[in-house]
Amino acid sequence: MTEMTYRDALRAGLREEMLRDNRVFLLGEDIGRNWGGAFSVTKGLAEEFGDDRVRDTPISENTIVGAAVGAAITGLLPVAEIMFGDLIALAMDQVCNQAAKMRYMFGGQTSVPLVVRTVFGGGKNIASHHSQSLEAWFMHTPGLKVAVPAFASDVKGLIKAAIRDPNPVMFFEHKLVYDKKEEVPDGDYVIPLGEAKVRREGTDVTVWGTFMMVHKALAVAQELAKEGISVEVIDPRTLVPLDKKTLIDSVKKTGRLVLVTEETKTGATTAEVAAVVQEEAFDWLDAPIKRVNAPDTPVPFAPSLENRFIPDEKRITEAIREVLK
Amino acid sequence: MTDKSILVDLYTRTLKIRLFEEKVWELFGQNLVPGTLHLYLGQEAVAAGVTAALSQSDLIQSTHRGHGHVIAKGADMSAALAELLGKRTGSCKGKGGSMHITQFDVGVLGATGVVASGLPIAVGAALSCQMRKTNQVVACFFGDGASNNGTFGESLNMSAIWRLPVIWVVENNLYAMGTPIKLMCPSLTIAQRADGYCIPNVVVDGMNALAVYEAAVVAVDRARRGEGPTLIECQTYRMKGHSRFDAAKYRPKEEADYWLSKDAVETIKKIAVEQAALSEKEADKIRKTLQKEVDAAAEFAIKSEQPQPDEVFDDVYAEVS
Repeated sequence: MTEMTYRDALRAGLREEMLRDNRVFLLGEDIGRNWGGAFSVTKGLAEEFGDDRVRDTPISENTIVGAAVGAAITGLLPVAEIMFGDLIALAMDQVCNQAAKMRYMFGGQTSVPLVVRTVFGGGKNIASHHSQSLEAWFMHTPGLKVAVPAFASDVKGLIKAAIRDPNPVMFFEHKLVYDKKEEVPDGDYVIPLGEAKVRREGTDVTVWGTFMMVHKALAVAQELAKEGISVEVIDPRTLVPLDKKTLIDSVKKTGRLVLVTEETKTGATTAEVAAVVQEEAFDWLDAPIKRVNAPDTPVPFAPSLENRFIPDEKRITEAIREVLK
Repeated sequence: MTDKSILVDLYTRTLKIRLFEEKVWELFGQNLVPGTLHLYLGQEAVAAGVTAALSQSDLIQSTHRGHGHVIAKGADMSAALAELLGKRTGSCKGKGGSMHITQFDVGVLGATGVVASGLPIAVGAALSCQMRKTNQVVACFFGDGASNNGTFGESLNMSAIWRLPVIWVVENNLYAMGTPIKLMCPSLTIAQRADGYCIPNVVVDGMNALAVYEAAVVAVDRARRGEGPTLIECQTYRMKGHSRFDAAKYRPKEEADYWLSKDAVETIKKIAVEQAALSEKEADKIRKTLQKEVDAAAEFAIKSEQPQPDEVFDDVYAEVS
């Protein structure tokens, strides 16, 4: 085990896959030697692997993903980077109409082994075009897999699984987790897509959430433990496939569920997860499911507004207390 | 003087598409084709000319009007017709139909129902050929309408900066659905737009398979030498309307008469006969052979079953090994 940041763990995973398989290559805006990506994830890789395999592209999001699709169906393993998640709106045709549907609409003649990496979330005061959380768009698109690693110990194993997966994988990161440090297993390890992780065991209430909300939920759980409230925290790690079993087992144990993500509330992944639990574990629920999300507004700029927008520990605590009433 | 075997090849490819499409039209008339259709009738010379300049291992990217491209590239006609009829024996197992008619094992990387979405995919395929050093070339077909989409500029630009082995083939049939190109495009030709990306370009008679072939050979050679992309604008015309229920009444009669008189099959046949590559008797023999193949394919397609309802779940995801 080595302590490292999420950013370094992610880079290590990319690097190991590039060393392991020369079909793996990276493409995206400013990912090469001049910058190493807007969040420095790919820093140093162009120097090591060359400009062909760490390929700077023009600002052409739809064609970046489309080129990754074309490369994927002809024998390469592309990892495309879209600089900010909001900008993936420009590539929605290639993501949702082409990559996601190709295997199906061509009757299994091909598969599309590509990874699209991008970053979501607020907390940096960079307003509506650089801060959204759009996981639900892709969870709603059959044919895609969706990874949402929140911890350094997961991100390396998950990026390796995503690159080795024969399907298009949307690999989502969060800007505020890049600097978080954790003990990361050494060597070649792969975390299969579709396995949630119980980040903290508890008996009174289950909290299920993604990205920064897992970190916040863990902090809340630690505080509430002082009062004798036992919170179980589940990090799904991937949304597609969704590990329903770990979640349902937890709900059957605790009888109470709080769902917390940074997405705007209407149609969020939390809505889907609430529906799943309602369908499969209704009889075990001792209280209505509680959702903690951002309000249905674009992400605001001013710190006072953004702080109100993003769910904080206080709101998570209140939701937990409410389901425990 | 053109190589005689090439003229026979061009005539055969052009006629094969024609007979295939006439059969599709006939089956459509019998209500055997679900959904909609975008027939390639009239534009045969483009697919024939371009694919004749490619080798078998080269790749193509197709459009929503893709039947002609896949047949010209050598797709199995039975699997193609079965796909149009929504049968499980179709090349896409009945999941794609007309707009997604595709056969990967002959180098067709997909036909798309989203206008202009094939161009970025062709960029990636050509990049892959370049990086893997396969010496393959990718031909990407698209229409005049697609040239007004953002991916046109993005893809031409990317192909130029990386000198990719791709040939951009514009099929300018003068209409995007029912909208005349002259109302939607300020330049005289679509080809001249490629100048902005420093991509060599040419306008050819898209009703003449030999003219298309000759332009494509130059482009293929350039691509294989590592000199990058070429854009070929083929000026052509649809024999039918845009899709199933379009009688194309918006096209002026004089215009339609002029273009329809430039029949792609008759044009290449005339050239082949004049250059003594083909006799009328040989031409007739080729037609009879192809007609038999098309009839057999239709019989196969008609007799094939539709997919079982539970096959709706198949092929959403590839298995992780």
